[in-house]
Amino acid sequence: MQNYLDFEKGLSEIEGKAQELRSLAQRNPAMNVEREAAALDEKARELLREIYSRLDPWQKCQVARHPDRPHTRDYVAALFTEFTPLAGDRCFAEDHAVTAGMARFEDRPVVVIGHERGHDTRSRLHHNFGMARPEGYRKAARLMELADRFGLPVITLVDTPGAYPGKGAEERGQAEAIARCTERCLSIGVPIVSVVIGEGGSGGAVALATADRIAMLEHSVYSVISPEGCASILWKDAERMREAAVALRLTAQDLLKLGVIDRIIPEPVGGAQRNREETIARVGKAIGTLLREIEGMKPAARLAARRRKFLQMGAKALA
Amino acid sequence: MNWISNYIKPSINSLFSRREVPENLWRKCDGCGTMLFHRELAENLNVCPSCNHHMPIAPRARFESLFDGGVFVPVEVPDPLPDPLGFRDQKRYSDRMREARRKTGEHEAMLVGEGRIGGAPAVAAAQDFAFMGGSMGMYVGNAVIAAAERAVSRRCPLVIFSAAGGARMQEGILSLMQMPRTTVAIRMLREARLPFISVLTNPTTGGVTASYAMLGDVQIAEPGALICFAGPRVIEQTIREKLPEGFQRAEYLLEHGMLDMVVPRREMRDRIATLIRLMMRQPPRSHGDLPQPEAAPDGGAAQDAPAPKAERP
Repeated sequence: MQNYLDFEKGLSEIEGKAQELRSLAQRNPAMNVEREAAALDEKARELLREIYSRLDPWQKCQVARHPDRPHTRDYVAALFTEFTPLAGDRCFAEDHAVTAGMARFEDRPVVVIGHERGHDTRSRLHHNFGMARPEGYRKAARLMELADRFGLPVITLVDTPGAYPGKGAEERGQAEAIARCTERCLSIGVPIVSVVIGEGGSGGAVALATADRIAMLEHSVYSVISPEGCASILWKDAERMREAAVALRLTAQDLLKLGVIDRIIPEPVGGAQRNREETIARVGKAIGTLLREIEGMKPAARLAARRRKFLQMGAKALA
Repeated sequence: MNWISNYIKPSINSLFSRREVPENLWRKCDGCGTMLFHRELAENLNVCPSCNHHMPIAPRARFESLFDGGVFVPVEVPDPLPDPLGFRDQKRYSDRMREARRKTGEHEAMLVGEGRIGGAPAVAAAQDFAFMGGSMGMYVGNAVIAAAERAVSRRCPLVIFSAAGGARMQEGILSLMQMPRTTVAIRMLREARLPFISVLTNPTTGGVTASYAMLGDVQIAEPGALICFAGPRVIEQTIREKLPEGFQRAEYLLEHGMLDMVVPRREMRDRIATLIRLMMRQPPRSHGDLPQPEAAPDGGAAQDAPAPKAERP
């Protein structure tokens, strides 16, 4: 059962018709509808290609948040072997919004860390919709330090609406936890490769995305604030999120132009949610390529280059 | 920004203290509502004499009360590309900037200066809440980096007074990138084994709290300061309950282990001076009259600390 986004309405009608036709033919074997159905399929494919070739920034936000997109657990299951989850921040709790552990990527041992959003109501609640608390960032920082000590590259998958804005999270130092995790990213010598696979929400994303190489899936977004949040502050109206999404320049294409990310990973036609396996395979290939670009460097040189990369950001403008 | 606005104007300002006479001679305390005479308020470093409420203070006034004799030399901050996204909401970003510059008479939301604190050389940076809510964009990032680089080259400590609503949305992702950028700056100090004292003032929120403001070797806050990542309104909307009195205030954070101390503005200078001398392994401060700072950097008359308010003739 395909979940359609509001701008895919025309598509859902055509695909629905084709399906109707076929189920009609199934009940009545004398009918031959294959030609008509195939024509509808072709029309749907054409429309899909057209819609996805010109998604506006707000539509991209919707695609980036699509519930059927592959999530961290899907990437981990398909691209890594011997995944051994590690848990806890050693201070307070285990945060299920951040999945982390040791594993092998293309046979080499690595540490993999990613936000996990969940895939149904129950698991979404369990993973707190991918919104980490301080414990999640402290666990991530702990594993980065471990990775550094044992010389394991770090691979992070970013997919969060943002850090959790809750009472307990604030009491336990959400800001401090994010700051320390970002600082850890800027003090370890092992390679760090980061991929924004869905939504890169503000500080909650930066803490895991301060990397040597940062890639984004074609229709993912990465922003200082959600379009809804920005609209409610600057337009005093959360319903103006379309305009805010445009103004924020949060698409992978704009971020590449700004020099904030290094690579865009193309999504199959119709978005990652329509072809999960292909998307995962492409992400895997990109991670391998990006890792090889930096693996040969000496740790101190790699760290210096990483810092330089961030210091130099802002030299390119879009306007 | 040229050398005139960089050096000459600030030096004149620091000599003659506040440039403009406030249009309104009376100001209402945000805390208790008492009407306060502007001069009395300024002499009290914008702290209400009747309820001790700490109101925002401009970076220049802060520096005058911090550095020995009120004397400091501005540290130059590289200007970033203006309006990198061509951002526009109901107003253009460039218009908002012009308005903020006119209103504050400052170039941007952070001022960096160097001088002596209790005799010891130090670099300080102060965020200006009056300038677009102190928001952190490329310029503030550049300011933190410039301050750290200067501290490292002078082998002296860095003190940052933060005050911000968070990242500057009008610079989009580039404002978010100031979190790692400023963190790189703090790493420079760490690796040079130089102290970084973070002073959090009202309010310090969002990406500013989640980067340099929470990375101090010593964490100080002013009384009553709101310090948080997510603001109280956002949290109340999320959890749909009222937050307790004093939640996310400095005293609350102190109790929750996020700060070393809460220090009233009038005692700030002395406390920082003591900390610097301890961390720089210098002998204790001599009490009583301090010697004049050697070669006051702008040739200005060094006066007795703190917070001299030379009135205009």
